[in-house]
Amino acid sequence: MTDITLDPAAIEAAAPSGWHRFLDSDFVYNFRRSYTAMISASVLLLFVLVALLAPWLAPQNPFDPAALDLMNARIPPAWIEGGQLKFFLGTDGQGRDLLSVLMYGLRISLMVSFWATLFSLVVGVTLGLISGYSGGRIDNLIMRLADMQMSFPTILVALLIDGLSRSLLPRSVHEQLALFVVIFAIGISTWVQYARTVRGATLVEKSKDYVHAAKLIGMGPLRILFRHVLPNVLGPVLVIATLSLGMAILTEATLSFLGLGVPPTSPSLGTLIRVGNEVLFSGEWWVTVMPGICLVVLVLAINLLGDWLRDAFNPKLK
Amino acid sequence: MLRFLSTRLWNGLLVMIGVSFISFMLFSYIGDPVNNLLGETATVAQKDALRASLGLDQSLVVRFFKYLGLAVRGEFGISYRNLEPVGQLLMSRVPATLELSLCAAILALGLGVPMGVYAGIKRNSWLAQAMQVVSLIGISIPSFLVGIILILIFSVELNWLPAFGRGDVVTFGSWTTGFLTVSGWKSLLMPSITLALFQLTLFMRLVRSEMMEVLRTDYIKFARARGIVDRSIHFHHALKNTLIPVITVAGLQLGSLIAFSIITETVFQWPGMGLLIIQAITFGDIPVIAAYLMLIALLFVIINTVVDLLYFQVDPRVRIA
Repeated sequence: MTDITLDPAAIEAAAPSGWHRFLDSDFVYNFRRSYTAMISASVLLLFVLVALLAPWLAPQNPFDPAALDLMNARIPPAWIEGGQLKFFLGTDGQGRDLLSVLMYGLRISLMVSFWATLFSLVVGVTLGLISGYSGGRIDNLIMRLADMQMSFPTILVALLIDGLSRSLLPRSVHEQLALFVVIFAIGISTWVQYARTVRGATLVEKSKDYVHAAKLIGMGPLRILFRHVLPNVLGPVLVIATLSLGMAILTEATLSFLGLGVPPTSPSLGTLIRVGNEVLFSGEWWVTVMPGICLVVLVLAINLLGDWLRDAFNPKLK
Repeated sequence: MLRFLSTRLWNGLLVMIGVSFISFMLFSYIGDPVNNLLGETATVAQKDALRASLGLDQSLVVRFFKYLGLAVRGEFGISYRNLEPVGQLLMSRVPATLELSLCAAILALGLGVPMGVYAGIKRNSWLAQAMQVVSLIGISIPSFLVGIILILIFSVELNWLPAFGRGDVVTFGSWTTGFLTVSGWKSLLMPSITLALFQLTLFMRLVRSEMMEVLRTDYIKFARARGIVDRSIHFHHALKNTLIPVITVAGLQLGSLIAFSIITETVFQWPGMGLLIIQAITFGDIPVIAAYLMLIALLFVIINTVVDLLYFQVDPRVRIA
């Protein structure tokens, strides 16, 4: 602190940009002091990158029949006797390179759970905002619906919706829509959490001065809700979204393991475990265990990050 | 009390009406029973005759009430797959699921609560820290994977325990039990651990955080100041208040166990309701799905109502509100 400039141009130049303000925030400060948060965030980032870049990273295209050779079937991982470095994690019964299959499986798993989480977030937040802001009958109706759904475990709701869609839709239609059906089933079974949290936060926010001010200048309720109230209730929503992304991955894996969920033509991690489970007794443990490890590490990283986020957003712990 | 009870019952009734309507719609519209019974070659006149004799030409409301009337007596039609009456089929699978869920519940509560209490009291000891890590892995691992790994270790590698089925069962009237034979217990071991693990970690984490919260309150500090020994504070003063939320969660989780048993039963080919419903879904066996929906909804409504009533009894604060 040797000299203080009062030159307006210099002050203007030093004004922090949005990005710098973000870097200076408590959030980033906490993040950089927590090894758990940093490690789990990097693991998650790595998984996301691998999933996004799977077609370029994978050593083999497992869906191209020309690339497969049955002579390569049932090769164990490279570090076990009989393994080949070319197939680092081994191969499955059709001679597919397990590492490549895993990369594509990760892609499907992450994609389905991401869209499912986003879907339930949009539905839940919208209903929560409407419920909290309007009150009265609409509020009553939405919350009663939420109560009803909450009395059943999410996995059961997702399983029944997905399962019933098989009987409801003709077979050919269902095969085309299978991915959307899974996303819908998982998404619709988890909206309640968002709706309840957002409703609670909206009830607090709506009696604050800025909402009254916005009303006074003649803003419509939708604009007030989405432009002004929404940004103030987003903190807890982010925490729920992170934790429920982990749950969504598990739910998708479970559905696919049970033979519902994603179609066999686009296998997710759960499908791979299901396929591996069928050959469990012939000693090819790696076909099941590798996707299993991948799934657990991914969900663990998300849960750790979610736990950390929850603490970071909890003012009681500051 | 009476008002509380009546709102609960009213809510439960609403759920049941909603679910049974869905179940009815499934039953009567998806698998068209007329086409199923007569096949593709039947004439329109034949179809109409059968429709009239089955009462399908009546109005929706009339048929809904008829369906409800039959459902109350446990009649849900004939399964497409097994060609058995659905009511009997479901009932024959109930014992297997209930025995499995009961064992898992005992395991989860019996281990989860003490572990949580320990981790809450001695939260800085290495054992408590280790439990915390294990519990985090426990909620990140899907239960079917636990089952597969157990099978891989204890059935494929070590060959100690059977990988599927219930073992030998003893029949008492309409109830079959695996509790009375050695092979029954051996078969029960891995499925119940698999089913219990998630709930166990859940109870542990819940009890731990509740315990820590209660131990921070003034009345505990006051008890310390009065010179009461730690043992008495922990188990007499603190544990009582810790267990209030545990009762609610435990009750609701009992229902979850029955739902989650679908997964465990598939992994271990356990002949319960869960395996039946998965087979019904993959086969498109609508009558079984419709009946399962009603049964599971009834179960959940009963459990939720009982839990609410228990809560009402245990926590005097709710009664004032």
